[in-house]
Amino acid sequence: MATTSLGMPVKFYQVGSFAVGNRLVDPALRSVQSGQERANALTSGHRACQGCGEALGARYVLDAAMRASQGRMVTVNATGCLEVFSTPYPETSWRVAWLHSLFGNAPAVATGVAAGLRALGRDDVTVVAQGGDGGTVDIGFGALSGMFERNDDVLYVCYDNGGYMNTGIQRSGATPPAARTMTTQAVGAEPGNVFGQGKDVPRIAMAHDVPYVATATVADLRDLEAKVTHAMSLRGSRYLHVLVPCPLGWGTASSDTVKVARLATESGFFPVFEAEHGVVTAVRHIRHRVPVEEYLRLQGRYAHLFRPERRDDVIARLQAIADRNIERYGLAGPVAALEVGPVGRAGALIEEGAAPGARVREV
Amino acid sequence: MDKPFAITLDVGSSLANHTGAWRVERPVYVELEPPCAHACPAGENPQRWLYAAEEGAYEQAWRRLVEANPFPAVMGRVCYHPCQTACNRGFLDEAVGINAVERFLGDLAIERGWALPVPEVTSGRRVLVVGAGPTGLSAAYHLRRLGHDVTVRDAQTAPGGMMRYGIPAYRLPRTVLDAEIDRLVATGVHLELGARVGDVLDAEREGFDAALLAVGAQLGKRAYVPAGEAARVLDAVTMLHDVAEGEAPHLGRRVVVYGGGNTAVDAARTAKRLGATDSVIVYRRTRDRMPAHDSEVAEAIEEGVRVTWLSTIRHASAGRVLIERMVLDETGFPQPTGELEELEADSLVLALGQETDLSLVEGVPGVSVVDGVIEVDDDLMTGRPGLFAGGDVVPAERTVTVGIGHGTRAARAIHAWLGRADVRPGVAPDADTAADVGTASDVGAAPDDGVGSGGDEGAEPGQLGAHPLTGAQVPGADAAGNPPVATFDQLNPWYFADAPHAVRPRLEHARRTSGFEEVVQGLDVTTAQYEARRCMSCGSCFECDNCYGVCPDNAVTKLGPGARFRFDYDYCKGCGLCVQECPSGSILMVPEVP
Repeated sequence: MATTSLGMPVKFYQVGSFAVGNRLVDPALRSVQSGQERANALTSGHRACQGCGEALGARYVLDAAMRASQGRMVTVNATGCLEVFSTPYPETSWRVAWLHSLFGNAPAVATGVAAGLRALGRDDVTVVAQGGDGGTVDIGFGALSGMFERNDDVLYVCYDNGGYMNTGIQRSGATPPAARTMTTQAVGAEPGNVFGQGKDVPRIAMAHDVPYVATATVADLRDLEAKVTHAMSLRGSRYLHVLVPCPLGWGTASSDTVKVARLATESGFFPVFEAEHGVVTAVRHIRHRVPVEEYLRLQGRYAHLFRPERRDDVIARLQAIADRNIERYGLAGPVAALEVGPVGRAGALIEEGAAPGARVREV
Repeated sequence: MDKPFAITLDVGSSLANHTGAWRVERPVYVELEPPCAHACPAGENPQRWLYAAEEGAYEQAWRRLVEANPFPAVMGRVCYHPCQTACNRGFLDEAVGINAVERFLGDLAIERGWALPVPEVTSGRRVLVVGAGPTGLSAAYHLRRLGHDVTVRDAQTAPGGMMRYGIPAYRLPRTVLDAEIDRLVATGVHLELGARVGDVLDAEREGFDAALLAVGAQLGKRAYVPAGEAARVLDAVTMLHDVAEGEAPHLGRRVVVYGGGNTAVDAARTAKRLGATDSVIVYRRTRDRMPAHDSEVAEAIEEGVRVTWLSTIRHASAGRVLIERMVLDETGFPQPTGELEELEADSLVLALGQETDLSLVEGVPGVSVVDGVIEVDDDLMTGRPGLFAGGDVVPAERTVTVGIGHGTRAARAIHAWLGRADVRPGVAPDADTAADVGTASDVGAAPDDGVGSGGDEGAEPGQLGAHPLTGAQVPGADAAGNPPVATFDQLNPWYFADAPHAVRPRLEHARRTSGFEEVVQGLDVTTAQYEARRCMSCGSCFECDNCYGVCPDNAVTKLGPGARFRFDYDYCKGCGLCVQECPSGSILMVPEVP
């Protein structure tokens, strides 16, 4: 890398790859979302709540998939918020080929679509399936596992907001411990959701040895787009797990959706990584590590940990989860904000304007 | 229409559903005042020219810079950069090196020979500027740009005032000063040197429509220091002036400088360069109370200048001075202790402040001089209509930067004055016939070149910060509608990549004291660009696309490069995500119904 006479790297793009766009970066290296020509797969007028993380995440994912597939893709949707707020009969917000069947069968329907396309000889059309954590972690789990087992040619995207939100915020298998939901009230000695339950579907997917598993959040667009683009370049079963904060269910301000997702990763509570064939290949390192308390404090579903009295014991158990993630995935690795690596995925955040797979040129 | 089984309605788009009706607050784009621009006494808006420099458009950056200040290469060296003190980046890591980039642009302009704009119109009005220092030349530049015929008279044989005769060459090389003055004069300013103006009324009679007094403070203040006949005592202003003229005074090997301002430091550092082995500053208070700029003091000490704090000089004689130790009382004022001490000194240089020579306005009706400075109104006009004054001759901080700012302000006021129908020097305009042309804002104002405008919410001058529906002002705007200064807590610093400040290299101090070579070196092209890109664009959209990206409702329209964005209020639900995630704090939420 070229350096200045003061030994400083030349490459510095003001907001680097943190912001959605960057006028200082080569247009070819800019994000899908920064483009005026983005697909807007989920368009305006949908009925998601103010500041909905899932609506944001779905547009991020599908716009990137649309660009990667050049528009030739079919989307299969499980029941859930995403389906309900986007498609109240006869209106729809989708600007992609989109199919909805039942709550629990999206992976199976996607498998069928992929099989049908193969039977038609259409190997140019890809299949993306998507659902919330309820439809993925709980209700559609059997179908998902079957899809993985058969290595069907589908990219499955789970938007994880940690509960059944549109039916009134019930607990799911992805609800984190201690969180209050309507079915895990903040009462008793161990208020909120119990510790030690729930399913870590990204790791379960890895156990199926599928070609690609990744996690991402709506707080890191470049990383998310890079992962979608990479996943779309592969065949077989691929699984992407996206953390999408829910202002309603989490009790967060509608303006804090991205901020709270950022704190989830910066605290280590939600690990961002990618794995190929069951092996972790890259992680998104923490930039400015924060105690998990900073993540919890913004959320009404954890309010009982701070009042009427502080529950340091519970906070410590949640901190232990974050610490274990940091250790397991090596999240605390050095972040060299000015270094430029060869590949954009996972490391996208720490690279200055790096696009997926692109070698970043010297200025 | 043939529909599938059980389907009775056509497929419709959700675009029919105007979710904007949910909103109780709406986001609006605003253009806040950047703290650097707010702090600049010379009226620059560093953010605007840094924006161009970020893209490597250095000539455009320089052209924006010289809209306010014709001396970037000088200012990039001698300005104490209040912009950097105000810079919000200081809260994140270190302030942006605005001054270093300014110097880089100034030097590049000299190297490439970029010319200042020459006026296309001629007003037919004549203005006299007395004094070719920073204030006079800055005023001449702006008046010339506005089409006026400007004559600058100066008593010295070379122009520049204190820039030439006060600031030593190791801080401001004369080639740089000459280049910037020549470029300014080339816009058509009549420069008359060696032309002392003895009486301003005589000059007025020559047919000038207005005059600006900017003669500076050229006299060293003579505090009474008892001195023996053989003692060599001189004042710092004269000494620096003589050095600038190439007539270095004989100071001897041991030099004592008395005073605590920048001039004292300049004198001590100059003495060192003239061959003094001992150069000692005697100052009556402590370092934290010293008026000299901290970096100057630090550089002086690095070069071997010593400072004797809490001391006053009681007596000077041949070869030595007698100093008395002081203590600070509870109000911070130094009080004598009676403890005396001797210092060896071949010469004593007094740097106790400067005074003005205002003999040229003596007896001029209406002009009032109080405490050695001329009283002026907000437009820098003296009590005599058409006679203006600025820089060190009016009450103000005495720096080059302030002087240049006064020049700009005076030019603006003179231009407005000349726009009146019946302008005659010394005569107040008749209220009935006065026609205020209202073009004062032309001076140093930004032309509309696509940056700093665009978007239809609040970005246009005039409707700045106004509520788009009700016209209500954005909270914090003053009565005139001026936007508030962007503060650090309005920014989202997460987005700014970690990047420390590119420090300008300094000459190794071994080389420094041997001559008048420039101490602080400039940035190279890549480092300057890197430094410019550290700007966080406080309160101004820099098209990072965050609002466009983070809207879950796709309710932000991207208008294309330079044109910024527009909210689609049919669909904006008012979640506030764009406000929260805007790095530069240029979106505000306002109540839907105030």
